[in-house]
Amino acid sequence: MPDKSDAPQNIDPLEPDGYKYGFITDVEADTAPKGLNEEIIAFISHKKNEPAFMLEWRLKAYRHWQGMKEPHWANFQYAPIDYQDIRYYSAPKKKGTGPQSLDDVDEEVVKAFEKLGIPLTEQKRLAGVAVDAVFDSVSVGTTHQKDLEKLGIIFCPISEALRKCPELVQKYMGSVVPYNDNFFAALNSAVFTDGSFCYIPEGVRCPVDLSTYFRINAKETGQFERTLIIAEKGAYVSYLEGCTAPVRDENQLHAAVVELIALDEAQIKYSTVQNWYAGDRDGRGGIYNFVTKRGRCAGVNSKISWTQVEAGSAITWKYPSVILKGDNSVGEFYSVALTNNRMNADTGTKMIHMGRNTRSTIISKGISSDFSHNSYRGLVKIMPSAENARNFSQCDSMLVGNNCSANTFPRIEVKNSSATLEHEATTSKISAEQVFYLQSRGLNKEEAIALVINGFCKDVFKTLPLEFAVEAVRLLEMKLENSVG
Amino acid sequence: MLNIRDLYASVDGHQILKGLDLSVKAGEVHAIMGPNGSGKSTLSKIVAGHPQYTVDRGAIEFEINGAMTDIAAMEPDLRAREGIFLAFQYPVEIPGVPTSEFLRSSYNALARHHGLAEMDPLDFDPFIREKMKVLEMDEKYIDRAVNVDFSGGEKKRNEILQMAVLNPRLAVLDETDSGLDVDSMKIVAHGVNVLRTKRNAMVVITHYQRLLNYIKPDIVHVLYQGRIIKTAGPELALEIEEKGYDWLIA
Repeated sequence: MPDKSDAPQNIDPLEPDGYKYGFITDVEADTAPKGLNEEIIAFISHKKNEPAFMLEWRLKAYRHWQGMKEPHWANFQYAPIDYQDIRYYSAPKKKGTGPQSLDDVDEEVVKAFEKLGIPLTEQKRLAGVAVDAVFDSVSVGTTHQKDLEKLGIIFCPISEALRKCPELVQKYMGSVVPYNDNFFAALNSAVFTDGSFCYIPEGVRCPVDLSTYFRINAKETGQFERTLIIAEKGAYVSYLEGCTAPVRDENQLHAAVVELIALDEAQIKYSTVQNWYAGDRDGRGGIYNFVTKRGRCAGVNSKISWTQVEAGSAITWKYPSVILKGDNSVGEFYSVALTNNRMNADTGTKMIHMGRNTRSTIISKGISSDFSHNSYRGLVKIMPSAENARNFSQCDSMLVGNNCSANTFPRIEVKNSSATLEHEATTSKISAEQVFYLQSRGLNKEEAIALVINGFCKDVFKTLPLEFAVEAVRLLEMKLENSVG
Repeated sequence: MLNIRDLYASVDGHQILKGLDLSVKAGEVHAIMGPNGSGKSTLSKIVAGHPQYTVDRGAIEFEINGAMTDIAAMEPDLRAREGIFLAFQYPVEIPGVPTSEFLRSSYNALARHHGLAEMDPLDFDPFIREKMKVLEMDEKYIDRAVNVDFSGGEKKRNEILQMAVLNPRLAVLDETDSGLDVDSMKIVAHGVNVLRTKRNAMVVITHYQRLLNYIKPDIVHVLYQGRIIKTAGPELALEIEEKGYDWLIA
């Protein structure tokens, strides 16, 4: 890879492994020294100008984390992570000292986002979607903020929210994913640097999709973002998340936490297209993606819906879950996870039914090719209080080639006999007969495979916002281009 | 338009075709009959370009842009774009892909190849419905996934519909009559007859004579042990119906 960001050939789709987003942006960065200790945590908190409670919470998490063990129950192995060899803060240098407006953002960073299809400037910004752009450890800009403010919607970097509305952050942060929830969540709680904060007030339907685009750029740096979305009574929001990173030979750690809270009658729809750099053909480099995402349907008739297209990262460890606390609340999980080369994905969901008449739907589509491993891991738990709970799960795996593997680890715990649960699972292969059939109708091999894959993923893609669905389809086609021999 | 000379072909190391000759001209309908295991399906797969079937010797030539061209090494999709169509004996299921979308993708792949305008769903819908009307087919299944939960008859009719959409110069129908009741067979045969023109050719592969009551061939061949052992007019089919294959083989 050339080192300069402005060379257009950097996004040549014909580069090895077809990863289009592997360029590196040359920016002056403000970075913390490598390593993790209480001083570094204080440094981060100070950089962000945080209220005192935040630092205390971070330190509490850090001290707890020190006593925790990295979990290794997932269905993959990886080289040990040296947590002292990671930089926990890296930010493009600011021009001035005053409040950051979009015009003050480093031109190279703006260019980098434009290259990723995310224009940030006022003139070029995307019409139907408000974007918060996160570059390494900081948010570099958020579009449409003023228009949203008129409706009382707060959409800003979480570090800004800590200054703007600390009481909301204090009330909800850690309420769904506590600081001691798991190893990576505890690490994130100690060192999280940025991410988005969304607050939708009572009765407001957010008129545009809110979106965060995460970009890892700096070397030897981890990204630890934290996202918090609160939908008040009767509110509605659709949130999109996209991620990419440069091609680098060493592994980089990404450990995020996302918390969603839906109060009475509120609805949150959260969609992700994850395309972190996945390493090369031999499994060198790539992002380690250890993410805790969880939503709480706190109110009656509330609904939380996760849709994810996981197509990147050397390792994915991610289980977007819903706690169905409110009566009649609804949780949904729609997932397409694609692995190729030497990628490992262990992903799924947890649906914890507590309220009466709660319903959940799980549709998971795993596609594995080359030498990759793809596992679905899920838990459906019906608590004694969850009268008449219902769950429907469908876990389908598709194998492309003979050297990959697919696994499903579904777990069901039922503590109330009025529950109704259905589980369906299939494993299939793209058969040579399917490809020949489509080829004999004039489609070339790539088109044939894309059509089969699209059909396989249809139930998930139809839950994505349209442009996102188009992007997801293209992404999968690109990834599978060389996989069916 | 199609000229096969002294063709030897194998699948999984077994040689099935052993010196087959076949010549087909525009406007002709050929019937290829023969007992089980004689190589009928292999012939259809070899013409369409199935990757598991290999040509060991001989030539398969197909007329492309007015010139006879050896297509033995050509990818199946390129053959399809040049006008070869195979109606499958066992049509393949493609879950989750609506038949209309599949047909439109195919149509557009061919249109692109020939520099013609592609169709968007709005143009394609009346086009496909018209084709279905001509073929007297039920419109309900164009919204269903390709061949998924189709009955045997529906699958075969779907093949004929694809043929109508792609309008091939050479259509090979591989045992399209197998597993069909008389009514379905009539519908399929009607479709084939409607699509028959002076400019295209058809090769109808069948085990039984009964399909040939509805599709009248110009020439009938008997395939046995990988070679054409007899070629004659339509009366040959009737003779086989009466006497079976034994008198030809012995």
